[in-house]
Amino acid sequence: MIFENERQENRRAAFLYLVVAHVGAIAILLSFGVLAGFATKSESFLGYTFDAMRTAQLPIEWATAAFFLSFFGFAAKAGVIPLHVWLPEAHPVAPSNVSALMSGVMLKTAIYGIVRVTFDLIHVFPVWWGAIVLSFGLISAVMGVLYALMQHDLKRLLAYHSVENIGIILIGIGLAMIFKAFNLPLLAALGLIAGLYHTMNHAMFKGLLFMGAGAVLHATGERNMEEMGGLIHRMPWTAALFLIGCVSISALPPFNGFVSEWLTFQAFLLSPALPSPLIRLLIPLGAALLALTGALAAACFVKAFGVTFLGHWRGHHNPKVHEVDWSMRIGMLLAALTCFGLGILPSVFIDWMDIIAEQLIGTTIASSAGRYGWMWLTPVSYERASYSGFIVFVGIILVLGIAYALLHVRPGTIRRVPIWDCGFEKINQRMQYNATSFAMPIRRIFGYLFSIRERVELAPQAGHKAFPKKIQYHLSIRDRVWGWLYKPVVEASFWMSRKVGKLQQGRIQAYLIYSFITIIILLVFLR
Amino acid sequence: MNLNPYIIELLQVLTLLGLAPAFVGWVRMVKCWAQGRTSAGLFQPYRDLAKLFSKEVLLAENASWIFRFTPYLVFSTAVLAGGIIPILSLDLPLASTADVIVIVALFAIARFFTALAGMDIGTAFGGMGSSREMMIASLAEPAMLMAIFTVSLANRSTSLSEIIQVIYSGQSVLRPSLAFAFLAFILIALAETGRVPVDNPATHLELTMIHEAMILEYSGRHLALIEWAGMMKLFLFVILGIAAFAPWGIAAKGSLLGIPEALVYMVLKLGAVGIGIVLIETGLAKMRLFRLTEFLGAAFLLATLGMLSFFILD
Repeated sequence: MIFENERQENRRAAFLYLVVAHVGAIAILLSFGVLAGFATKSESFLGYTFDAMRTAQLPIEWATAAFFLSFFGFAAKAGVIPLHVWLPEAHPVAPSNVSALMSGVMLKTAIYGIVRVTFDLIHVFPVWWGAIVLSFGLISAVMGVLYALMQHDLKRLLAYHSVENIGIILIGIGLAMIFKAFNLPLLAALGLIAGLYHTMNHAMFKGLLFMGAGAVLHATGERNMEEMGGLIHRMPWTAALFLIGCVSISALPPFNGFVSEWLTFQAFLLSPALPSPLIRLLIPLGAALLALTGALAAACFVKAFGVTFLGHWRGHHNPKVHEVDWSMRIGMLLAALTCFGLGILPSVFIDWMDIIAEQLIGTTIASSAGRYGWMWLTPVSYERASYSGFIVFVGIILVLGIAYALLHVRPGTIRRVPIWDCGFEKINQRMQYNATSFAMPIRRIFGYLFSIRERVELAPQAGHKAFPKKIQYHLSIRDRVWGWLYKPVVEASFWMSRKVGKLQQGRIQAYLIYSFITIIILLVFLR
Repeated sequence: MNLNPYIIELLQVLTLLGLAPAFVGWVRMVKCWAQGRTSAGLFQPYRDLAKLFSKEVLLAENASWIFRFTPYLVFSTAVLAGGIIPILSLDLPLASTADVIVIVALFAIARFFTALAGMDIGTAFGGMGSSREMMIASLAEPAMLMAIFTVSLANRSTSLSEIIQVIYSGQSVLRPSLAFAFLAFILIALAETGRVPVDNPATHLELTMIHEAMILEYSGRHLALIEWAGMMKLFLFVILGIAAFAPWGIAAKGSLLGIPEALVYMVLKLGAVGIGIVLIETGLAKMRLFRLTEFLGAAFLLATLGMLSFFILD
């Protein structure tokens, strides 16, 4: 990533990524250190095997420390808000195939880490840990999708959606932790499977979308959506496959994103089983936030697909755009087929995944989830809720086919005519909605969550004040998290470095004294 | 093999296809009476549809396959939803393929593609409609799900026919939470079906249209399908409200004879709801776009109150 294209912004993004990843790694190592310290064979390195850590008897304070260190570390690697800032910087500059892997596999490794440490290594934990994971998940999901809506760089938009999807995964895991802490294994298994199913889904559709974005970048040389449009006519394959990714990530049936979202909703709806009234009250609000996330994601992908592939070309110069070659199309096609398969045959895949729930929680949901055959998904019980992606898909296709056939019995005519547009004549491509104008209503409603700077410059025309020669509109939207969290840290570390830097005077005598003092201290304390 | 459920299923879809235009005609007719105008009669929507179906399709020169695919998809999701929501009877083979969450998502997929079709031609109006529609949808959907969740928590299922069975079996009592959820549902249904005060289905005034702006470029059979699907959507939202809050009259499982009775009940209820819609539309003016946040915020608040009162009082 650092050396891709040898550009300044690449080095900056890669540096940020390295810093966050390393801070995360330190936290994770410390957490393992705490766990191993209480393991049976802590004197030797055998304490660091998972088997030893699993048997460790931790007092609650130390377990909490270990959990939060590892959660912090893995959250930094997964891009959970507020530790997400490296993601939108790193993805746009990475090559698209690397982005697909980063989003599809690397972020998932962090999820694996969280599940492994909490459910496997620590395995007994209080309820409020789950509540914290759930809250971080909800914040990441909602804020991630809102930030994504504000982007006009295709890959940055997708990167923010990774933040959102990691949030959705954490919602499932957080719910599973809450249910497990209250000793409701079946519900915990449902939450965990919902989270893990979304993990798999996200790897598929986000890989597909990043490959699609890569194909667009390859064909047009653009990442800025404001300069695109109408690509569906020149890149029909990429457009169709990218659309499948959009539908999947927007949680629309019969594709895969919907299955995991539906499972998460079902887990939310089982919260009346919880014995704690306070948590029972707060959890449904989480369901509302998840619904908001899903709806905003749909809005965002109407924008992403609509602005990139539909309408007219928006850019000033018109490059020769061509469809990408077969090897790129096949990559996307495979991912798209998996999205579809995961969407219509969820019980088959859940059958495979159930062993995880069995090992970690001791219950499976397959016995109830797939009880009515491969077509049906019935978590908990048939009366409670059921869904069949397969029948929904077949139903839609069937009705669609019948309607199409009936309307084409008589050969109907289709006449290609100029655009009508309510009788408005002098339309040009600069009058189309673009990414910024599409997101404007949402920007206005949720504006207080961002730091937005808007500026309009008018170049007045002599004599005609009402008709300016030129209007320029500047808009800059920044993550508030930068100002709140990172700037103080950065400034504090600069301040520290300046203070520590005073020790370094360049005189060999001073350095010798430092070494001497260090040796004395070591001798005194560590005889 | 017992064929009755399949016959009922077919009957129900036909009812939906056949009666949805009549319901819209009824609303327009009552509205005309209420405003002292002469109405075009109950059957005008049928004539409109027939006219559109027989006309040739004028397609913008740069329309892509999405633009031509959308009308069929929108139509088929509406029909599928009609096979799942109990309109006449609970004896539906399709009922268990999808619960309420899936039904909301079916409407969402129709909206997703309509919004894409709005952006396909590349006109300013189309994009404007899509942008506004998605904004309203993203605020309405959480409120919608909260209202529905309250109902499904009270009846321990998210499947509509199961909810109705619980209500029939008398296990469900009148709860304050359901009153809140009902109020919230009315507000959201107005927003989702594009009625006053959120959107005006009769307007073609450029800057106020939302749904109409997206489908501005459609003509011929494409427009007919979209219009028909719109009528079915209104019909289905009313039916959804009836099924979740006042299902009495819908035929129970295994009763073929209950169907005519259910039909009578349904027509009566639809008639009453139609009058209610007219009262709202005549009494209120369309809201400014950015006042809608308050409107939908109120819906969300009511739904949340319903949810909270369920947990506190029950």
